Amino acid sequence: MKRFIIKEFLHIFRDIRSMVILFGMPVAQVLLFGFAISNEVRDVHVAIVDPSHDVITNAIVQKMFASGYFLPGGELSSSSEIEESFRQGKNKMVVVFSNDFATRFQRGEKPSVQLIADASDPNTANLLVSYAGNIIQNYSRQLIIAPNVPVVNPETRMLYNPALKSVYMFVPGIITVLLMLVSAMMTSISIAREKELGTMEVLLVSPLKPFHIVAGKVMPYVLLSFINALSILALSYTVFGVPVNGSLLLLLAESILFILLALSLGIFISTISNNQQTAMMLSMFALMLPTILLSGFIFPVENMPLPLQIFSTLMPPRWFIIIVKSIMLKGTGIAYFWKETLILIVMTIVFIVASVKKFKIRLS
Amino acid sequence: MTTTELADRPVIMAENLVKRFGSFVANDHLNFNVEKGEIFGFLGANGAGKTTAIRILCGLSKPTSGKIMVAGYDVYTQTEKIKKHIGYMSQRFSLYEDLTIAENFRFYGGIYEMRPQNIKQVTAEMLSKLEISNLANTIIASLPLGIRQKLAFSVAIMHRPEIVFLDEPTGGVDPITRRQFWEMIYEAAASGITVFVTTHYMDEAEYCDRVSIMVDGRIEALDTPANLRKTYNAAGMNEVFLMLARKAKNTD
Repeated sequence: MKRFIIKEFLHIFRDIRSMVILFGMPVAQVLLFGFAISNEVRDVHVAIVDPSHDVITNAIVQKMFASGYFLPGGELSSSSEIEESFRQGKNKMVVVFSNDFATRFQRGEKPSVQLIADASDPNTANLLVSYAGNIIQNYSRQLIIAPNVPVVNPETRMLYNPALKSVYMFVPGIITVLLMLVSAMMTSISIAREKELGTMEVLLVSPLKPFHIVAGKVMPYVLLSFINALSILALSYTVFGVPVNGSLLLLLAESILFILLALSLGIFISTISNNQQTAMMLSMFALMLPTILLSGFIFPVENMPLPLQIFSTLMPPRWFIIIVKSIMLKGTGIAYFWKETLILIVMTIVFIVASVKKFKIRLS
Repeated sequence: MTTTELADRPVIMAENLVKRFGSFVANDHLNFNVEKGEIFGFLGANGAGKTTAIRILCGLSKPTSGKIMVAGYDVYTQTEKIKKHIGYMSQRFSLYEDLTIAENFRFYGGIYEMRPQNIKQVTAEMLSKLEISNLANTIIASLPLGIRQKLAFSVAIMHRPEIVFLDEPTGGVDPITRRQFWEMIYEAAASGITVFVTTHYMDEAEYCDRVSIMVDGRIEALDTPANLRKTYNAAGMNEVFLMLARKAKNTD
């Protein structure tokens, strides 16, 4: 057993590829997701169509450009120019004021402001429109002098992530994806490699029990994945200031549970694949994509069609992300996610049992 | 375990070994005994059922019926004990290429529960016999195939098994190395290790004490190479093999 684990470590440390995957990837991913991928909108060029150029329209335009989200993208004069400017791709949104804006406003009419956005990127378009809409509404509220007009003013507070930083949302996701990737892919590949090279045959003929082989394979990866989880947390805390509001100990315990789950999945994959390529492909398609797409990491599960929602309940990452978010951002304890934890435990047991059974004592 | 009390008993006994996969009969009533210290050649064309039989003898697969004892243990119930008393070298290279020679010895010695001092001593002896003591800390991948193959054999017998199974051990090896390899096999047999070897090289078949030739899951012939040549009135084992193997219906 001990020798087996030492041997596994030697394999890992001598292979540059696996070292890069193990230690380079987490750092790269955290930095990439933290810096490059962002749901926030900044410095987007916005064009203005303003035939009236009065006090109010000028004030609105100024407020918009002062917000930090938008940059002036020029003044347009006709609707044909609007289309042209979208086609050129420079402007993402155009704000169109109606004629005689201030005059009609003072007369008590409702002059219109039209927000036209380039929805070839729907998420950005949505954000732009809602940002701009907010700015205009806030300003128009200030203009309403009559106090007898009842205005419902919603006051919003964003709990758990007051600044709406997207990195808060990504860190739990990245931890999940990376633990899944490193644990499951690396074990499945390393077991498949023994099969491919023929050393598995020798191991099976030896007095080692299948359980020992599996445990010996898995042990180093448990340790390395755990170190990985720690380094991601440290990195996201120091570089991006993502807090761990709940118990760090609980978070680490849950991470170990998830690592075990991913490893047992990896072993399961390796029992059904005979070489490294198959193992790699299977882990990519069976684990990576669903982890990213169906776990609620990027796309909310609630917005998926029902069949996909049901399917996503089978994805271990979905539950783990909920747990991580609860601990890190909400600071809640086990009482709030014992159900998710239980699901993960059950899944782990199922995969371990399935793979020890499938693990072929007889090479057929 | 010493085999003094079993010395007069065959090391491998197979009576009416049958293995079926569905309706396909891979091993059809095999009967053979292998004596202690013997070099037993197990020949047959591809698909004749050699590998299936070896798997059963190594405890990797259960026979459908028949009485089979290996190293004095029953293959149905005592596979764990069998595994401790056999060594195995597969046709595929079985050392870890990214580990050094010494690390491979340490690992395989470790899984056979040898003591670290014992491993060290055996490793030193075996390397000095191969005259490569200076290479102990060299990565396997950088060694020539001949040395690797000899190392794989050394590793397979480092825990002093009663029987060592060699599944086409000399595939892809040059004639000189094969010659040296067989010298190692003789040495092992002389020290009391029974050698059970499959091969496609008929000159190697001549080196065996006894040879069995499988055709379509049955043992068609079993005798010393000299007797086989006499029986089939052939000049060499090659001729004997061709005569028998041509009758086969199952070939790859």
